[in-house]
Amino acid sequence: MPGFLLKRLFSVIPVLVVVAIIVFAMLRLTPGDPAAIIAGDGATSAQIDEIRKNMGLDKSIPDQFSIWVGRLAQGDLGTSLISDAPVSSLIADRIGPSIALSLSTIVFTVLVAIPLGIVAAWRQGKLVDRAIMAGSVVGFSVPVFIIGYVLILIFSMQLGWFPVQGYQPMSEGVWQFAQRLVLPTLALSTVYVALIARIVRSSVIEVMQEDFIRTARAKGLRESGVLLRHALGNAAVPIVTIIGVSIAMLIGGVVVTESVFNIPGLGRLVVDAVLTRDYPVIQAMILLFSLVYVGINLVIDLSYTVLDPRIRY
Amino acid sequence: MAQKQSMALQAVRLALTASAVFGTAALAPVQAQTVTAVMHAALRSLDPVITTGYIVRNHGYMVYDTLFSLDGDNKIQPQMLESWKASDDGKTYTFILREGLKWHDGKPVTSADCIASIKRWASQDKMGQMMASMMSGMEAVDDRTFVMRFSEATDLAVRALAKPSAIPAFMMPERVANTPPSQAIKETIGSGPFRFVTEEYKPGVQVVYVKNTDYVPRKEPASGLAGGKVVKVDKVKWVTMPDQMTAVNALINKEIDFLEKAPFDLLPMLEGNKDINVHVLTSQGGQSEIRFNFEQPPFDNKLIRQAAVLAVDQKEVLQAQIGNPKYFQTCAAVFGCGGPYESNIGAEKLVKGDPVKAAALLKEAKYDGTPVVILMPSDNPGSAPILQVVAQSLRKAGFKVDLQSMDWQTVLNRRASHEPAAKGGWNIFGTYTVIPDIRDPLAFMGVAANGKDAWFGWPDVPEIEKRRAQFARTNDPAVLKRLADEIQELVIDEGVIVPLGQFSNLSATGKQITGVVVAPVPVFWDLQKTGK
Amino acid sequence: MSATTSSLPAPGAPAVEAAASSSILGQLKTTMSAWPAMLAIALLSLLLVGTIFAPWLGTVDPTLMDPAIRLKPMSAEHWLGTDAYGRDVYSRTLFGARVSLAVGLGAVVASLLVGLVLGILAGYFKAADTVIMRFLDGVMAIPGILLAIALVSLSGASLFTVLVAISIPEIPRVARMVRSVILSVRNEPYVEAAVSLGTRVPVLVLRHMLPNTYAPLIVQGTYIFAAAILTESVLSFLGAGIPPETPSWGNVMAEGRVYFQMLPGLILYPGLLLSLTVLSVNILGDALRDALDPRFSRRF
Repeated sequence: MPGFLLKRLFSVIPVLVVVAIIVFAMLRLTPGDPAAIIAGDGATSAQIDEIRKNMGLDKSIPDQFSIWVGRLAQGDLGTSLISDAPVSSLIADRIGPSIALSLSTIVFTVLVAIPLGIVAAWRQGKLVDRAIMAGSVVGFSVPVFIIGYVLILIFSMQLGWFPVQGYQPMSEGVWQFAQRLVLPTLALSTVYVALIARIVRSSVIEVMQEDFIRTARAKGLRESGVLLRHALGNAAVPIVTIIGVSIAMLIGGVVVTESVFNIPGLGRLVVDAVLTRDYPVIQAMILLFSLVYVGINLVIDLSYTVLDPRIRY
Repeated sequence: MAQKQSMALQAVRLALTASAVFGTAALAPVQAQTVTAVMHAALRSLDPVITTGYIVRNHGYMVYDTLFSLDGDNKIQPQMLESWKASDDGKTYTFILREGLKWHDGKPVTSADCIASIKRWASQDKMGQMMASMMSGMEAVDDRTFVMRFSEATDLAVRALAKPSAIPAFMMPERVANTPPSQAIKETIGSGPFRFVTEEYKPGVQVVYVKNTDYVPRKEPASGLAGGKVVKVDKVKWVTMPDQMTAVNALINKEIDFLEKAPFDLLPMLEGNKDINVHVLTSQGGQSEIRFNFEQPPFDNKLIRQAAVLAVDQKEVLQAQIGNPKYFQTCAAVFGCGGPYESNIGAEKLVKGDPVKAAALLKEAKYDGTPVVILMPSDNPGSAPILQVVAQSLRKAGFKVDLQSMDWQTVLNRRASHEPAAKGGWNIFGTYTVIPDIRDPLAFMGVAANGKDAWFGWPDVPEIEKRRAQFARTNDPAVLKRLADEIQELVIDEGVIVPLGQFSNLSATGKQITGVVVAPVPVFWDLQKTGK
Repeated sequence: MSATTSSLPAPGAPAVEAAASSSILGQLKTTMSAWPAMLAIALLSLLLVGTIFAPWLGTVDPTLMDPAIRLKPMSAEHWLGTDAYGRDVYSRTLFGARVSLAVGLGAVVASLLVGLVLGILAGYFKAADTVIMRFLDGVMAIPGILLAIALVSLSGASLFTVLVAISIPEIPRVARMVRSVILSVRNEPYVEAAVSLGTRVPVLVLRHMLPNTYAPLIVQGTYIFAAAILTESVLSFLGAGIPPETPSWGNVMAEGRVYFQMLPGLILYPGLLLSLTVLSVNILGDALRDALDPRFSRRF
């Protein structure tokens, strides 16, 4: 196992290198000129060239790459081309909201989806099951922004229970922080609750067919004990997989929720950077995402060995 | 005894009351009065001289001040200047700064600062460049006085320095103004009515300004961009809100106070609401336009350009773009309806679409079916309606149209290309210009027709350039108007730029806000807020 | 009929090999004749017919703009009203089905195929495992948006680039799921038996291991179908989707979202169709999986 861990940790590096090269090349080769965006509509070609030279964008691509890698090695993530701010400070500004939203969504999702899935499996074929499954299909076929708008309409505008938008860090008031997260968490969780509940249900049903379950029942174990002690444990592998994958998806992919509820997170940072060709920000963010994904996947794979003794590395 | 007691009692009562009043006042926490505003775009860069983005200009008006300003009647007024005068031969201008002007770091504003700022600004702004080309020298006479000398008689300096948009001549400390124009300035120190709070600035997320307590406003009342800039709140915070629906809801819910650009289609939600005021600001409105690529077929042919101009109907474009006719008007004036150089010359070609006549012109021009490539920015919700309607109109007239959808960055890249459309070039792109920027033939960059040095599209019409040069050199109103009319006629005839109608800007505020200044740029002095 | 679902062979139980083909058809007949499945088939057939015959069923050219009649409610001439450009919402929704279904199906086929292959390789061959999984980790790290915009910039906005941009991010998840199945099954006694019998690898994989992946793949597939159409909507939202002239459920919803509180139809009609489609695909998927499940026969 330690050998496995070590091997995995080392293999992270070539992955990051490959990702970095692909993204760097793709960015430099796609049409788009951050110098032009900074210079604005009325600039002449000469002015744009001047700005481009200042950004170091007139050097050859391999040159630019080695300069970037060199700076990275010193812990310098670069400077935003558009706002002239250090990329690390841009990320530091936005990471708090992203983590807050992701954590609350995952916690809520797990707390809701697992019981839902278990109930659906337990009452398989009955009305409850059908209702939960139909609900889950609706959950992942309605776009997040619609769910967001509906939630805002009902809970903010009509009932006035929560603010429409915004994010406040916990340091400025726990209550303000929490109340602004409720609606975005609900909106975002819908998809994940739907997906995870389905997987939980199908995994548990699968396990419930097995002989050892019959044995447990024959032994006189109550249904709840059967469900929780025997079924859930064995159904854990795919459930954990999907939870891990969802966490990974959440950190980078919540642009729509961030836009609708005005949460200044990493999702918006990346999309804004892409649309303005702010290369240093995009490159740094991709590396960050890579590390996060690799880390989460490692944790998932390790958890397999704990949950399913047959899986060995 | 009783008298003494009652007097004592009275004294005690008085003392108690007094201490109650003053005591609570002393104990009450002082809360900053903050106006929260959502502007039309996110602020990401802070150098208003090298960036023509309007949001950076608006930022500039918060923290910087200008030598001259335009008042509500579009007359030039001194702002930072106590006085100025031109020599008898009109070639030398002397400027004297007001007393007591200070930078945000406490240092006094001097002539050296202004000279450096003017130099930097003039290297970037088109009108400034024209002014600089006629200038033979600029020196400081003393700390508050400086002169500008010209090789010929002209009042261009005053007109250029008073220009409200797109790059106003903001004054900065000398050390900041000495930053080469190819780099962004690194400090935001101005002499304007607000101070920029660096620690709270988050690019793309929020900007915070606080009242500049050292600012000495002029004595006159505020009018347009001129007059006394009296700040009546403690703090102004600009928050970026990418979703329009959320911004409107936030305003209704009192989470924000000021919405610079209320979405036209959501106005019914705001107009019916008694807690919201909608301000129709025509001077902050704009004019949509399309540009032809003069260098590549088919628009290298004048007749084909004219056919295209004939094919498009302004009303259709405006309806798709704005919707409610209360807020738009068809307008043939290249320099803006309601402006000093408004004219109806050429209206019959420009305003109403006539696909039949256009088709006839195409035939006469022997149009061979070369596809017209239109660059449509997909991430810019303002342009898509315009270009889609234009594409449909052109098709109705018999043009073959290739409407290509791409993100704004790619548009910027492609429109700079001189190649044929099939090799990454273009034939038409869309744009819009705010009213202050189309005021006259010098301010309006879109009518410059000096070929390769002109704005993208590179129209080459020497007759227009001749008249623009004359415009810069005279100040006889009758001559200026005649020149403007002639330029208008040429612009429409040649298709240098095609105005597609004019629209107002609508701002919305909660009723807790009063004192919104009517100016060509959104400004925050004079604004008052009841409550926190 | 119970819509039983399964995603993994239960631990400890012998995973049975694929049933003979004749009884699959028989099983299919049984599962498909239950009422939810019949309803789903009816709905999907209706949709398919509508999609194919759209030009004749549409009332008006879906791209015809008439800004003078924009944002009007239902009327005799425009059955579902008009959008912000004065285009007919009914026609756009109908024609939009074509593009959205193409996007959904295309993404499902592409990502399932590629993900299946990669997952099997990674699950079965230890050497390939590290390489493939790390590479897929890298792919997952690149935000789908960046990929979409880059692709769209390089080769222009079109159905194909959007399809590719949507499929690529789904592949790693499919591969992971397949790999976890293979990993679990690899150590089964019957697999060892087959190996010792000298069964060639392709046969081993196709006949013995593959059937265990059908069920989870079908579950994933139905999810990808819905996700693909929704992702297309987000891309339109951000300006990297299918060009706005051509209607798709995604960009009709994206364009119409600003008017949500005033004219909800612009979002509700395509949204409703989308939900119904996904629901139907789901029910059919369940039925299909039950028919293909190697242990189906045991349930009766």
